[in-house]
Amino acid sequence: MEATLRGHAHKYGKNVDTDVIIPGKYCNIIDQAELGKHALEGLDPQYTSRMQAGDIIVAETNFGCGSSREVAPIAIKASGTSAVIAKSFARIFYRNALNIGLPIFESAEAVDGIESGDEIELEPATGIVRNITRATQYRAAEFPPFMRSLIDAGGLVPYVEKRLSDSASS
Amino acid sequence: MGMTLTEKILARHCGLERVEPGQIVNAKVDLVLANELSAAVAIGVMRKIQGATRVFDATKIALVADHFVPAKDAQSASLAKLMKEFAAEQEIEHFFDVGRGGIEHVVLPEEGLVAPGELIVGGDSHTCTYGAFGAFATGMGSTDIAAAFVLGEVWLKVPASIKLIYTGAPGPMVYAKDIMLRTVGELGIDGATYRALEYHGTTVDELSITGRITMANMAIEAGAKNGIFRADEKTIAYVKERTDRPFVVERADPDATYERVVSIDVGALEPQIACPHTPDNVHPISEVAGDDLPVDQVFIGSCTNGYIDDLRVVAKILEGKRIAPNLRVIVNPGSQKVWMQAAQEGILTTLAAAGCAVNTPGCGACFGGHMGTLGDGERAISTTNRNYVGRMGSPKAEIYLASPATCAASAVTGRITDPRVLEYAPMSSASPTSS
Ligand code: SF4
Repeated sequence: MEATLRGHAHKYGKNVDTDVIIPGKYCNIIDQAELGKHALEGLDPQYTSRMQAGDIIVAETNFGCGSSREVAPIAIKASGTSAVIAKSFARIFYRNALNIGLPIFESAEAVDGIESGDEIELEPATGIVRNITRATQYRAAEFPPFMRSLIDAGGLVPYVEKRLSDSASS
Repeated sequence: MGMTLTEKILARHCGLERVEPGQIVNAKVDLVLANELSAAVAIGVMRKIQGATRVFDATKIALVADHFVPAKDAQSASLAKLMKEFAAEQEIEHFFDVGRGGIEHVVLPEEGLVAPGELIVGGDSHTCTYGAFGAFATGMGSTDIAAAFVLGEVWLKVPASIKLIYTGAPGPMVYAKDIMLRTVGELGIDGATYRALEYHGTTVDELSITGRITMANMAIEAGAKNGIFRADEKTIAYVKERTDRPFVVERADPDATYERVVSIDVGALEPQIACPHTPDNVHPISEVAGDDLPVDQVFIGSCTNGYIDDLRVVAKILEGKRIAPNLRVIVNPGSQKVWMQAAQEGILTTLAAAGCAVNTPGCGACFGGHMGTLGDGERAISTTNRNYVGRMGSPKAEIYLASPATCAASAVTGRITDPRVLEYAPMSSASPTSS
């Protein structure tokens, strides 16, 4: 997730829960592209038709609260959304997003400074958020070292593979 | 410096003398749970992990089909089938298909798969329910569950703990659900994010096992990682009846550090209700019942309130009565065992005679999957745990959350109703202070 991400912002409020990110009735869908068509449907049914690949979801506090459904970050990623910036994330969503490789950024100043439609550029490696439209720049919180090492390893799956091969050779 | 109950359990499961909030640890798990939705994704992830062919320990995995059972369509059937085949391939004995199990969180304790001091992770956010038994239990997504299937370990950030102290005896028609709704209302839906809730006080010491289950279940509604009770004689007796597996009862140290302490005077509470569209929008019932709000559906069930004690309360209120005209009442007993017990006690007949539709055990309407989905503009009162927009179907529906007693009273009148106004003599076995 190191390449620069670029897209337009779609801004939402606080406590965007997993039931509105992907309603329960779609939770039996495995096909990621199909899930992507319903991203944010409970909150903003027009989201997937309005957004363009690379666009960025911006939200207030506690994004992704509620159920542990991993299809929530999967649907957002599959919709073509490149990242989510929020003031804070619910903990299960936070883990799930990193595990499946949906870039997420925590930054109150970025959320306050960005309006829907603004053009945004994100540097995952440094956490720098540039608002091209308003010519301002913000900084997202750094990931704790353990999370950073998981991200650098490419997510949880390669991490588990390494653990397995380490224990097989010991 | 002492440790909280959560810190004690985590320290023992990662082989450390002590752990501190914020520390990241690798902890061994005693049980990994998944349902047909989270398992289907987790199995797919496990297949992608190179070198992973077997689960770490087939006796420490539980798979429960509950979200879309009996399968609502071919798609759901194929997820359940995938899980069933995985159970056979991996020789996982704790596999519960429809007709043998029920809602995962109701089934696991019944089957003796949860004991004090254990560390349990599940591919469902309400895995926190097992904190009722003095276990550390938390929900995760499917990739984490796949990793736990394979490694028998999970990485965790040690949460700081919030101490909740409950005092006073519950008044008439005040149940564990009311106490927990008030708690979520006090904390807010992100008030305990990344935190552990530790339940204390004379009120919860007196509470039944199912009452504690209701309260631990809704820890996630305040954003908490887990919610935990001290295991006492009641807990130990319940668990020993169901398993002879040895377990270690941990205690919080008297000098443990809590991030904050919240005290709730239960004696001063009236029945509570969460109004649309968040579980922390909690009000005393008297503030809401006065608005004369007609309801289209009453739902009784879920891992919060689908237990025999809950059905007894509902049956007592509906006995000899008919539900209001123009109203649907849907009842999903939490498990096959609860269903059978309710059948033996005549509860299912009482409910059916009153006009309720009694379903087979499972999640049913709780998450808008099937068997009671709400339409546009409908209003429901439900014993479940979440009332987010669209949770039970249409995003244009309204969901109120309340206790089984408040839901049953509303079933009689067809409007959101204060259960204290109904003529009803509480049974001692159903009161929240009995065992
Ligand atoms: S009953 Fe509801 S809250 Fe409980 S596991 Fe099922 S869907 Fe989730």
